Amino acid sequence: MKRRHLRAEALEAVSGYLFASPVILGLLIWVIGPMIGVLLISLTDWNVLAAPNWVGIRNYVRLFTADLYFWNTLKVTVYYVLLNVVCTTLYSLIVAMLLNQNIRGRGIYRSLFYLPTIVPVVASSALWLWLFNPEFGVLNMILQAAGLPRSLWIASQGTVVPSIVIMSVWSGAGNTIVIFLAALQGVPRELLEAVEIDGGNWWHRFRAITLPMISPVTFFNVVTGLIASFTIFTQSYVMTNGGPNNASLFYVLLLYREGFQRNNIGGAAALSWVLIIIVSILSLLIFSTSRRWVYYEGEQG
Amino acid sequence: MKLTAARTTGNVVVYLVLTIGAAFCFLPVFWLARSSVMTLGDIFKYPPILWPVRIRWENFAEAMQASPFLLYFRNTMIVEVPNVLGSLLTASMSAYGLGRFRFPLRNAWFALVLGAIILPPAVVLIPQFLLWSRLHLVNTFFPLTIPVWFGGGAFNVFLLRQFFLTIPKDFDNAARIDGASYWRVYWQIMIPFIQPALLAVGLFQFLFNWNDFFNPLIYLSSKETYTLAIGLRFFIGSYATFWNNLMAASVIVVVPPVIVFLIGQRYFVEGVTLSGIKG
Repeated sequence: MKRRHLRAEALEAVSGYLFASPVILGLLIWVIGPMIGVLLISLTDWNVLAAPNWVGIRNYVRLFTADLYFWNTLKVTVYYVLLNVVCTTLYSLIVAMLLNQNIRGRGIYRSLFYLPTIVPVVASSALWLWLFNPEFGVLNMILQAAGLPRSLWIASQGTVVPSIVIMSVWSGAGNTIVIFLAALQGVPRELLEAVEIDGGNWWHRFRAITLPMISPVTFFNVVTGLIASFTIFTQSYVMTNGGPNNASLFYVLLLYREGFQRNNIGGAAALSWVLIIIVSILSLLIFSTSRRWVYYEGEQG
Repeated sequence: MKLTAARTTGNVVVYLVLTIGAAFCFLPVFWLARSSVMTLGDIFKYPPILWPVRIRWENFAEAMQASPFLLYFRNTMIVEVPNVLGSLLTASMSAYGLGRFRFPLRNAWFALVLGAIILPPAVVLIPQFLLWSRLHLVNTFFPLTIPVWFGGGAFNVFLLRQFFLTIPKDFDNAARIDGASYWRVYWQIMIPFIQPALLAVGLFQFLFNWNDFFNPLIYLSSKETYTLAIGLRFFIGSYATFWNNLMAASVIVVVPPVIVFLIGQRYFVEGVTLSGIKG
């Protein structure tokens, strides 16, 4: 009897491994292997033309001390990431809370808010190039009609990142809104009514009930938003090519240039590992602080 | 009386803000459609006109003539079909294995799946590219279609596993006692059960590949292999002043995913929701 039990257990384990084998192989071949590979490459001076030599941490030293673009790229990327995550999160939360009211035509509104998310990034880059056009773009025409000064939008060093953020909020908020909306629908009515009976207004309801109840989802949205923003590429590649004056030379664009235009494979590999470390630190930071602000149901709080 | 007045004002504010937001979302898309059927003369008019005086469909013909969008469409579909099939099959298998079997190191593998979701794809690009170039498969569709058959993307595995966890264990046990193999349980019991989630995964994968710019940019280097996303980027490069043609070309790229979204909207929203709520 016991032996048969053992055999069943072994069969389950083997079958489980077989079913999971695609993703296990995939992790080994496409994630773990390349991560080790890129670490090794980052310690060489590989540039397509000549055989690679071992150079130790020289690529990293060069990156931090002598690279013309690295610190600037890090600065503009962090600026974009913070501005974009804050704007997208606030905007999505406000829209989701309004959609969660008892309103007519919710389905239509929801589809309209989701529509930009369906537009492929290259197409929306073409579209926003046209909207942002300083001479003939509709945005400047609206500003002018309202009696406001025109803007250079993506054509000026000072406004290029905020302009790309406007576009990113437009195209990226769809998913966040849907996720927030689902979370809001899960907030128990009784709790909200209890606050109302105690004489609380909408702000009290929001602060005491809604915000804590949706905090796990806020957490999810912020984490995925941070990491997705950090790897912004297409918008700047298509619209500004990193300009003007490198003001939108985001991290992955720099990595792409090092690796595929300057053939500095070793340097690009070093940039890759620095990005892995940045993303890991970010994730750890958020996860370690999450206990303080994320409320999980059924937990002592 | 006072209360209803407050409610009405509140309602007006809600509708007003929502309508402004919806306009922010919709008007750029409207501007895209409207500019795609205008003459250059109409397009540069000041003050701008909302709708063309004369609809100019030739913009589309000219865009198609300037750039082989039909070929790009074909190439995009060559990438799409194996990607959607591969993600559906291997992500559901992997999620079934990770979600409903007990085996050594299972939780460690699942933790790695979660880690892979967070890992930006760009960081493993260099070694992956070197691998494909060593295999002499750069500028073919293989680098864009093979990897998905290994688990179909960590996010899809995660999403489907969440779904598998909601199915009561009695379902497989009963079938197992009746003598069904694990494969039959997967194929005949589990797959029908998770069908809505599979539809969501198929849609995500389709839109992901349609939208994907980075990978085709890296791997496809000749016009014969360009996908729509890359083709449009080169169109932007050479037609940036012919805004009507450029908008027409963009419309060609935008319409298919919008149609797919409208058909599959329901599953889509369910899928997005599930990913966030249970995450």
